[in-house]
Amino acid sequence: MSYFSDIYNGIKTLLTGMSITGNYFLHSRKGAITQQYPDNRETLKMFDRFRGEVIMPHDENNEHRCTGCQSCEIACPNGSIEIIWDRQLDPETGKKKKMIDKHIYHLSMCTMCGLCIEACPTDAIVWAQNFENSVYDRSQLTKVLNRPGSKVKAGIED
Amino acid sequence: MKIVSITKTVHDWLFSIMPEGAASIVEMVLIAVAYLAFFAVAGLYLVLLERRVAAWFQLRLGPNRVGPQGIFQTMADALKLVSKELTGTIKADNFLYNLAPYFVIVSSLMALAVFPFTQEFQAFDINIGIFFLIAISSIGVIGILLGGWSSNNKYALIGAMRSGVQTISYELSVGLSLLTMVLLTGTLQLSEIVEVQKNGWLIVQGHIPAIIAFMIYMIAGTAETNRAPFDLVEAESELGAGFHTEYSGMKFAYFFLAEFINMFIIAAIATTIFFGAWLSPFGITDSIPWLGVFWFLGKTLLLVFLMMWFRWTFPRLRVDQLLTLEWKYLLPINLVNIVIMAILVWLNLTIKF
Ligand code: SF4
Ligand code: SF4
Repeated sequence: MSYFSDIYNGIKTLLTGMSITGNYFLHSRKGAITQQYPDNRETLKMFDRFRGEVIMPHDENNEHRCTGCQSCEIACPNGSIEIIWDRQLDPETGKKKKMIDKHIYHLSMCTMCGLCIEACPTDAIVWAQNFENSVYDRSQLTKVLNRPGSKVKAGIED
Repeated sequence: MKIVSITKTVHDWLFSIMPEGAASIVEMVLIAVAYLAFFAVAGLYLVLLERRVAAWFQLRLGPNRVGPQGIFQTMADALKLVSKELTGTIKADNFLYNLAPYFVIVSSLMALAVFPFTQEFQAFDINIGIFFLIAISSIGVIGILLGGWSSNNKYALIGAMRSGVQTISYELSVGLSLLTMVLLTGTLQLSEIVEVQKNGWLIVQGHIPAIIAFMIYMIAGTAETNRAPFDLVEAESELGAGFHTEYSGMKFAYFFLAEFINMFIIAAIATTIFFGAWLSPFGITDSIPWLGVFWFLGKTLLLVFLMMWFRWTFPRLRVDQLLTLEWKYLLPINLVNIVIMAILVWLNLTIKF
């Protein structure tokens, strides 16, 4: 007798499936996930976890959180990050300490793996959500992440 | 042969200026060209409809850039396909390879001739209408087999063989479910079948067995057109593009167009047999006969939509599941259904208004 119950179940499950897709069909106008990209350029906002490029946020005093520890440089599997650093005299304590000169990031080589961001002990670098990264000249993709004249925020190293 | 009465003036004019034989040939050619032009364009719009409907089912928007709401999208696609190079393989059997697409498209266009679009608007009212339709719609598979065989490609061949298996199996169900309805009408001629339905559409007249027959017909008809969930013939994930892997340009477009015209044909047969062809519901527009075209096309498009709904809901069947469905379920149910229908007609239990 499983023959007839098979038919019954078959039809029932097919109708269930059709009601679900039919429901989607009726709500497609409001619920459409398509982004009509160049048209909605002004309002298009990428989701939080989108990996656009690595950036280093600076606060209002032009201070960042990077101590120059080079963890990110070591973590990067394809050498997209170069840290140029030297030992400078700390104006407050008067001691010599390691400071970054330039945090160089090659966007053209980055595979967006995120290992550098995980490796950073002070959360100095984060993902940006921008996505319009195309340029006409490759050299423009090599970026210096710390702004000129910026310095490390006090108390980060402790 | 009954000639379209809307073109009666053309008909008279043609017969007045040339001998009878030549006039009727010219007339046939004219009608053929008109049908060809109309259904080539209609096929393109069915493709567009399919793409938009598919998009809506998947919460996308679909093509909406070329022209308002994308109405020129498939025209542009067709233009692109026409201008493309026709590549072929060296080891292909050239004669059969080139013949196959025409086989497919011609067989599907031929079936269109017999549909009663509205009263008197039927190119070819043959007295074995349904039989002709069933016969013609299964010829298309020869084109697919030829295409798959001659392109000398293993994927194409597997696809074509699957198509053969599928069509041979499901042809039975299509035929038997239509036969169930023929028990009700007592005629194979499409215009007379419509005449019978003036007392209520056949799906109402035949109630339960008619509904079962309709369901079986829709399942088998979907299989006949090789559309999902029965698209093993061109299962992209397994076979490349199936039987038309080696085709490009316009020849590919013929296969593609034929699929959509076939879908239209299957829906149109269902409209004619089950839903009263051009008859309006409750006879609301019976006084204006030409409105029948809209009823016919409206019902057909509704059924086409149903097939698209199937396609975007159900996953593809395996070959063994395909054959199980046909031989273990559809066929026995169908045979029992015919007996039920025969008893119904015998005891006069049909519903007539
Ligand atoms: S995301 Fe990966 S590839 Fe890119 S800079 Fe960081 S570690 Fe290197
Ligand atoms: S960004 Fe983070 S990991 Fe890289 S050098 Fe600066 S503090 Fe170290």
